[in-house]
Amino acid sequence: MELAFKTLTRIRDILSRKEASVEEVVNACLQVIEKTEPELNALITTCAEEAIEQARQMDNQGPDPEKPLWGVPVVIKDVIATKGIRTTCASKILENFVPCYDATLVEKLKQAGCIILGKTNMDEFAMGSSTENSAFGPTKNPYDLTRVPGGSSGGSAASVAAAQAFASVGTDTGGSIRQPAGFCGIVGLKPTYGRVSRFGLIAYGSSLDQAGPMTRTVRDAALMLQVIAGHDPKDSTSSPEDVPDYVQTLQKANDLKGIRLGYPVEYWEKGLSPEVKDCCEQALNKARELGAEIIPISIKHTPYAIATYYIIAMAEASSNLARYDGVRFGFRDKEATELLEMYLNSRSKGFGEEVKRRIMLGTYVLSAGYYDAYYKKAAQVRRLIRQDFLDALKACDLICAPVAPTTAFKLGENIDDPLQMYLTDIFTISLNLTGLPGMTLPVGLGQETNMPVGMQFFGPAFGEEIIFQVCHVLEQALQGPGLPHVLKDEG
Amino acid sequence: MPEYESVIGLEVHAQLKTKSKIFCSCSTEFGREPNENTCPVCMGMPGVLPVLNKRAVEYAVKMALAVNCKINQKSIFARKNYFYPDLPKGYQISQYELPVAEHGYITIQVGGKEKKIGITRIHMEEDAGKSVHSAAENVSYVDLNRTGVPLIEIVSEPDIRSPEEAVAYLKALRSILVYLEICDGNMEEGSFRCDANISIRPRGQKEFGTRTELKNMNSFRHVQRALEYEIERQIDLVEDGEEVVQETRLYDADKNITRPMRGKEEAHDYRYFPDPDLVPLVLKSEWIEQWRKELPELPADKLQRFIRQYGLPVYDAEVLTAEKDLADFFEQTVKIYNQPKKVSNWMLSEVLRELNEARIKIGQSKFRPENLAKLIKIIDDGLISGKIGKSIFSEIFNTGQDPEEYVRAKGMVQISDSSALEQVVEEVLADLPKEVERYKNGQTKLLGFFVGQVMKRTKGQANPGLVNKILKEKLG
Ligand SMILES: [Zn+2]
Repeated sequence: MELAFKTLTRIRDILSRKEASVEEVVNACLQVIEKTEPELNALITTCAEEAIEQARQMDNQGPDPEKPLWGVPVVIKDVIATKGIRTTCASKILENFVPCYDATLVEKLKQAGCIILGKTNMDEFAMGSSTENSAFGPTKNPYDLTRVPGGSSGGSAASVAAAQAFASVGTDTGGSIRQPAGFCGIVGLKPTYGRVSRFGLIAYGSSLDQAGPMTRTVRDAALMLQVIAGHDPKDSTSSPEDVPDYVQTLQKANDLKGIRLGYPVEYWEKGLSPEVKDCCEQALNKARELGAEIIPISIKHTPYAIATYYIIAMAEASSNLARYDGVRFGFRDKEATELLEMYLNSRSKGFGEEVKRRIMLGTYVLSAGYYDAYYKKAAQVRRLIRQDFLDALKACDLICAPVAPTTAFKLGENIDDPLQMYLTDIFTISLNLTGLPGMTLPVGLGQETNMPVGMQFFGPAFGEEIIFQVCHVLEQALQGPGLPHVLKDEG
Repeated sequence: MPEYESVIGLEVHAQLKTKSKIFCSCSTEFGREPNENTCPVCMGMPGVLPVLNKRAVEYAVKMALAVNCKINQKSIFARKNYFYPDLPKGYQISQYELPVAEHGYITIQVGGKEKKIGITRIHMEEDAGKSVHSAAENVSYVDLNRTGVPLIEIVSEPDIRSPEEAVAYLKALRSILVYLEICDGNMEEGSFRCDANISIRPRGQKEFGTRTELKNMNSFRHVQRALEYEIERQIDLVEDGEEVVQETRLYDADKNITRPMRGKEEAHDYRYFPDPDLVPLVLKSEWIEQWRKELPELPADKLQRFIRQYGLPVYDAEVLTAEKDLADFFEQTVKIYNQPKKVSNWMLSEVLRELNEARIKIGQSKFRPENLAKLIKIIDDGLISGKIGKSIFSEIFNTGQDPEEYVRAKGMVQISDSSALEQVVEEVLADLPKEVERYKNGQTKLLGFFVGQVMKRTKGQANPGLVNKILKEKLG
């Protein structure tokens, strides 16, 4: 089982040197899954047999130096289409949906030699911040099973933190990679909008959605992004910008001399729990010791970010989710006798509460007479928020902020209060409105809850390199969160 | 009782004949098995994304240039949201706030007068699929072959004042589309569709009346009749002191009436918003210039040229240039045999009649320009008479046979050999001494009778001019 605890970087080297077989590595992960999954519920689908079969074939053929992730088992968020493997979005409406196509990023992972071990649990259609909105039951936090792993990529975060796999690809529409990464003590990157193809990523808020790596180290995240980034002719919004050598750039970083880290005063003012504040401040002190300059900055339109985000995300969602109508695929209510009834019943029974809430709100804000007051206004404010960030990034190299006001909250704590749940996204959602990249780095355990605390680093468009460099240096200097509770006796 | 005028605006949907669909690479070929031309993108499967077909953009811009529109160098695709089983995504990708082109016009001719009709906008969108309801099986089927076929919608200003103007406008638009070779223009098959907005008002009144929208008109005739019916209906309502209700009405061709659509079918709030899956369409100036250069001669220019270059009457030029293939046929024929007016006469009468009877287009016929040129030439050369030419036309039109070979093989060649004719004339005169006598006594009208007798004996093959001449000589 120890093989499973290695980093992605390490296991890749072990595999390429044939110090362990692919089958042994896959088996190690499957053992962890067998041990932890009954408690965590991080996976919706496990592809054990297929993975072992594939591992044996790969062992027969031997390592392929052309494939940078040869033999590495990964898990994929269940919002990303995988050919021949059911892709549910954690929804009853897609419970039995098996795509006949791979998402471009999945194709790239396969080409790089990855083995897909399973599909991870999530909030239904990526709508939520706790992975409690899943038709397949909630995922638990591996550090404390009474707490949520965050969301919506909570299954990915829990799975990687608990060493079920070496990496996952999650998606981030309003913090859905960064917040669960923070809650589960792992690294999670939301790349620049357009850096990773969205083809095959089942849309929630199309102008906000971006897939990115979730790993146990910064270097692992760089390796993953290297593979999945790049222009895709199948996605008009993907960027033609060249993909730099992310792993190579890490060699250059030894300290933080000359790096200016801006902290938005609005984020540190109120509502931040003392343990989160402490951890983040210690991390900033460490950065200062390493030579960074810490400067206060302002993101003035922060108070409008949540409203802006939810209007845009829900509007897009209401349209994106119209295709789940029971006509061509997915759940159809068999009792309906006419068209409207089929639509109403299929969608009422197929979607969960939060999804229906967002579809209704989104439909409302796009309606005749309300469009100008809501959607159009939100689109205008969105540009102002982006400008705030661009202005701030003139005065500093990276912006740093806590991931969430608290550490992982208890299961059920916010589930009946959607507004409170939406407010927990305060530090993460602005970034999606700007399209800029941002990464969560674990910076320690909170003194009160003993739960992981994460800090985010936002960079300029296509500035993933500098984010990796700074976080890599800081990561070396800080104490990691240690093994999660669910694996404690494995020592 | 006041005199009323109608105010009509037309919305035309034209299917662009690109090889592949507008947002995926599926074929647009007509007549395939249901759902054969589909892929995850046009089926609206989860996670797929649209990618714009540049050829569709080219066609849309060419049409916009041809109807004098201002091209928007930046335009935006928007989602038009509504639920229907043949609309896989639950929204249609269209253009709303910033269409590809605006502010154009075309000139039409009605009753010998020219009129400018404004074009408000042209936008691009994707077609929907088809629902097929089987009453026998009590099920509905969905065929998505048509889903994603590129369309342009051409919206006119409310400048049209009569059903005749409406039809003239539609014919002119269709002619331009066909000239550009970007649309089949087939109304029955639905590659050229039209909806109408219509209201009436007392002549002289500035404000518009309440309008209705008419749908389901599948031919020019339907458009004409539906508008006529609707004008009558609205006038009757107003005369009776009732109000016109703003609604969508369907034309029922069998009963020749319009009837309201059911309320539920039309109560739509489409919730348009910019499609986040497609970046704004930015047209490079070089592209637009290139496409402008590639524009062929358009119907209006060709019409003027035909009048100028070939000296044709306006009517002839109008008929010949209404269809590009017809105009090309004319010009090719004239190139072989330079008698424009004669060529035009034959085309307007015989050629069009045969095409109508066979219900085909000139391009589908075996009859070629060289055939028509040859036919006119052998008449002019006196090989056959014009009358014979007309009598054999149907046959050579349908078989595509060379007219000269045909008449020679059938022994229909005219007798223009004067010694041979002289002999026949002498025989006729010898057989009819009484009539010759009467002629000589001043009944010169009998000349026609003698000609007839000569023609009869030669089975119509005698050259009538020559017969006349010989007869006059012999009868002194
Ligand atoms: Zn297709």
